[in-house]
Amino acid sequence: MYMAAGDGTGIIIPVWQELVVGIIAFGLLCFVLMKFVFPRMEEMYQKRVDAIEGGLRRAEEAQNEANALLEQYRQQLAEARTEAAGIRDEARAEAIAIKDDILTEARTESDRIIAAGRDSLAASRQQLLTELRGEVGSIAVDLAGRIVGESLADEARRAGTVDRFLAELDEGRSADAAGAR
Amino acid sequence: MTGAPVIRAEGFPPGIENFNYRDWIPALPDHFLTTITFSVFLAVGILICFFLVSYRNPQLVPTKKQWIAESIYGFVRDGIARDIVGPEGIRFAPYFTTLFCFIALTNVFAIVPFIQISPNAHIAFPAVLGILSWLIYNVVGIRKHGLWGYVKMNSVPSGTPIALYPIIIPIEFVSNLILRPITLSVRLFANMFAGHMILLVFILGGVALIEAGGWFMAASPLAFIMAIVMTFFEFFIQLLQAYVFVLLTAVYVQGSLAEEH
Repeated sequence: MYMAAGDGTGIIIPVWQELVVGIIAFGLLCFVLMKFVFPRMEEMYQKRVDAIEGGLRRAEEAQNEANALLEQYRQQLAEARTEAAGIRDEARAEAIAIKDDILTEARTESDRIIAAGRDSLAASRQQLLTELRGEVGSIAVDLAGRIVGESLADEARRAGTVDRFLAELDEGRSADAAGAR
Repeated sequence: MTGAPVIRAEGFPPGIENFNYRDWIPALPDHFLTTITFSVFLAVGILICFFLVSYRNPQLVPTKKQWIAESIYGFVRDGIARDIVGPEGIRFAPYFTTLFCFIALTNVFAIVPFIQISPNAHIAFPAVLGILSWLIYNVVGIRKHGLWGYVKMNSVPSGTPIALYPIIIPIEFVSNLILRPITLSVRLFANMFAGHMILLVFILGGVALIEAGGWFMAASPLAFIMAIVMTFFEFFIQLLQAYVFVLLTAVYVQGSLAEEH
């Protein structure tokens, strides 16, 4: 190997050349590593810490947000339920009211129809009576003329006779009706 | 070990001459380009290339290479700088990591084939590192406490009776402010020197036993097995010494940053 004969110089007593080499070499190493490598490692550590802590914080935020949303949904659901119940009650009440209205209206209507029917019945009866009265008069006059065989010239007397007769008829019927009751 | 048998026999027992390396190019000034200095530059080159390549394009989710580089840095940063010095020690982590990587790699060169010598087996390199550590912890301490406060803090342990000052002050001053770089560098140097010597003893001893022939030859496998065992042991020691060096530097920095103790 590359050995030289010699004394112990350079082993226990430093030779200046080796000191210079040591200072230069180690200085170079220190310069490069301490300037270009280890500060970047510290930077990377810091970044990693940030990444992890940021991730945790983000996860926590997301969790909180989810919880808040859930709470909100629950509240909304409860509100909706209450509202639905309210609507149902209202609808029920309304339905009852409508039913009552309809019933009342129907009753009124039926009353009205019945009254109208009654009125028209009375009117037609009155009409019939009037018509009948006239007709009965003329028929009776005709009949009486034929029976009597003579023309009753006196109009006034003739009308008086008919009226009197009819009044008697009316009276007799009223008395009949009173007796029937 | 290659070479003629005669040279092999001459190699045993190993001595300090085994630590002197010839200049590769005799025209250059002495000692500037030997296996020792070459391996220092090689270590610097390997480390720069490794870290620059593995951290060329760092990702939030690391790639395998990036993960290895970060693990090394994280080991020193969290295991030494933060644990020993405290939160304010993080700013020393880049230097500590560089120091750790450099010492570990240059130490491991002692068992790398074709190099098989750690530059740290020459006192010059541990001395440079030790002096750097000394400068750092002193500058940090003087900046924090002022020159007088710092010297006082390191010379007079609190609670010392005044009667003991004449003894305690010189001892504390010398051990805290003068001897520390020497003990740092000598510890590293001696471990690497001794490790190399142990490996030489077993390997050259095995060769010498074969050379001796006869019954001695039968004992040579034992020497080679021991050489292999010691190689593993050396690997452990090499990493341990790198760790110890950085750890002690961190302890000194922590002492300088601490309040009165």
